[in-house]
Amino acid sequence: MSERKIQYREALREAMTEEMLRDERIFLMGEEVAEYNGAYKVSQGMLEQFGPRRIVDSPISETGFAGLGIGAAMYGLRPIIEFMSWSFCLVAADQIINNAPKILYMSGGQFGVPIVFRGNNGAGGQLGSTHSWSVESMFSSVPGLKLAVPSTPRDAKGLLKTAIRDDDPVFYLESERMLGMGARGDKDFSPYLSGGRWAPPSAEEDDDFTIPFGQANVINPGNDCTIVAAGRPVHFALEAAEALAESSGGGIDCEVIDVRTYRPLDIDTIVASVKKTSYCVVVDQSWPFASVASEVAAQIYERAFDYLDNHVVRVNNDDVPPPYARGLEQEMLPNTRKITEAVRQVTYNA
Amino acid sequence: MTTATRHKADAHRPSDQLDGPAKLKMLADMLLIRRFEERTMQAYMQQKIGGFCHIYIGQEACAVGAMAALKADDPIVGAYRDHGLALAKGMDPNAAMAEMFGKVTGCSKGKGGSMHFFDRPHHMYGGHAIVGGQIPLGAGLGFAIQYEKKDNVALCFFGDGALNQGAFHESFNLASIWNLPVIFVLENNSYSMGTHIGRGTAMAEDLQAKAESYGIRYAECDGMDVLSVYDCFAEQVERTRGAENPQHKRGVIPEYARHGRTPGPAFINVRTYRYKGHSMSDPQKYRSKEEVSQFEAADPIQRLVSHLIESNLATQEQIDELDAVAKKTASDAVAFANNSPDLDRSEMFTDVYSNPYGPPFEKGQPIESMRG
Repeated sequence: MSERKIQYREALREAMTEEMLRDERIFLMGEEVAEYNGAYKVSQGMLEQFGPRRIVDSPISETGFAGLGIGAAMYGLRPIIEFMSWSFCLVAADQIINNAPKILYMSGGQFGVPIVFRGNNGAGGQLGSTHSWSVESMFSSVPGLKLAVPSTPRDAKGLLKTAIRDDDPVFYLESERMLGMGARGDKDFSPYLSGGRWAPPSAEEDDDFTIPFGQANVINPGNDCTIVAAGRPVHFALEAAEALAESSGGGIDCEVIDVRTYRPLDIDTIVASVKKTSYCVVVDQSWPFASVASEVAAQIYERAFDYLDNHVVRVNNDDVPPPYARGLEQEMLPNTRKITEAVRQVTYNA
Repeated sequence: MTTATRHKADAHRPSDQLDGPAKLKMLADMLLIRRFEERTMQAYMQQKIGGFCHIYIGQEACAVGAMAALKADDPIVGAYRDHGLALAKGMDPNAAMAEMFGKVTGCSKGKGGSMHFFDRPHHMYGGHAIVGGQIPLGAGLGFAIQYEKKDNVALCFFGDGALNQGAFHESFNLASIWNLPVIFVLENNSYSMGTHIGRGTAMAEDLQAKAESYGIRYAECDGMDVLSVYDCFAEQVERTRGAENPQHKRGVIPEYARHGRTPGPAFINVRTYRYKGHSMSDPQKYRSKEEVSQFEAADPIQRLVSHLIESNLATQEQIDELDAVAKKTASDAVAFANNSPDLDRSEMFTDVYSNPYGPPFEKGQPIESMRG
């Protein structure tokens, strides 16, 4: 396994850089991606390497540059469109959910839209309601798009390279809170990710490293309760699993599954786990009503109802606009405490 | 149009270079659109066609004059009133009619309908039904042409209702800062559905101001005269082709001028008129019958016919023959659409993804790139 110390943001940059070297049709466009070196330093140095034709600073016009990317993709280019935050994509909703995922179908298969929309998703740090969107539930209900939520630098790189190579529109949800993860190597991660399991290979080690969509990652095998998560909440789930394993009375042995992509959803891996454990907690960082957690729960009921020894429990954001106050913001997230309590409740250990 | 630019255009009219057969082709194309749309209305009344259906009659000169100035591989994208655009770009009338009948032989396999005509072989990037939603796509076509260093121009059509969408303004700004080879074409028929342009659009009588505010070249033409449309587009297309992005050089801050750049993007205001309602369900309470008949008297087809006869480029018999061909092509299209098979239920689940994936789709299906 790799001994690398590589941040999540560097993994994203490696993915884009390797793919751009491979395919001249790929360009990166977004606010502050070029001269500023990336609002969050994801694209740092890429302007120097690829020049202003391929690393393009756009004005603050999400409708304009998201739609421009779609037109360019129809023509044959492979755009990567960076939203500084997914919260800002909402002004481009017509382009990203009414055009990108539907043009292939509406054109009877003539025009595909091979485009990646990527940026920060979820609460940053006390940014208030308008800047703290989690869009996975809202957008996962749209047929025609794919949606990835990587949780580690390894997945960030492998899934982004797959996204760029994909012929369909991919919504790629990163997290401002995770961009620096990996700076201190293994110290940043749960023991379940120790030994460099979180780090992707470098280009020298493997320049063709990808992680396919629709393949969940069983990060921590266990027998007592399944926890399903994606993105930043995966780390909350791993913390909860550690706490539960060490709890008095023998502990609870949790199986933590990182779904990696909500579209496509690897329901087979989830169902196989639930059939083994008979208990399930589903975590996602959007709001509970009609959430991806609700969808996963429904699919579990449809496929594994007779194997369950309790109902599925969902852990979401609290059903409120994200508050500014630090304590309240932390509390509204699907945090470690909530997951721990949910596992105790569902396994009758409360 | 200022007096100066009008004189300049008149001084060397590109249409003077068109020979008789080229002008007859324009007439044939306009007649086809007119007759095709008459059949479309008939089929709609017979409930063979569903949904929203927007008729192009009256605006034929706009589509035909503009396309005549393009190379075959210059891409276009448009709004929902797309039948005329598609036919003028070369779409098979059978595929166009079959699309509206919802048949698998349609130009979009019956999945798009009247408002979503697509035709890859003829570089028609679709009719788009959200007002203004296609304007960023048009900028994107220009961006891709420039990125690939191709010698093409993208035409992006929209109606006057789109002038007030944010997408219009954002796209104009992007086209200007990157000097994209795109022409924004306003099919200005004075009505966004039932709202007169002057009631909904500030500076409606001075749209040049909108172009100038973004440093984009402006031109306008009489959309009821196909040769005027052609003259305008022939000039503007050549002044757009080859537009280069000043910001491809690092650190360059572009210089802007109200009159735009050459070569560079353009905004063309085509003053046209639709004879029929906004859609098939429009009772047209918002305009007078006198206004409609006034424009019908200036009919673009009749105008070209008069020109052809007065210039001894065609006889009335030839023109009648062209009209007979157009009528037959239109009725053949209806027969083709009628006789085409409905979509098989299995088509419901195709074309959702280029490379399908696991549940609810089958895993392990072959991945076929859209652009091999």
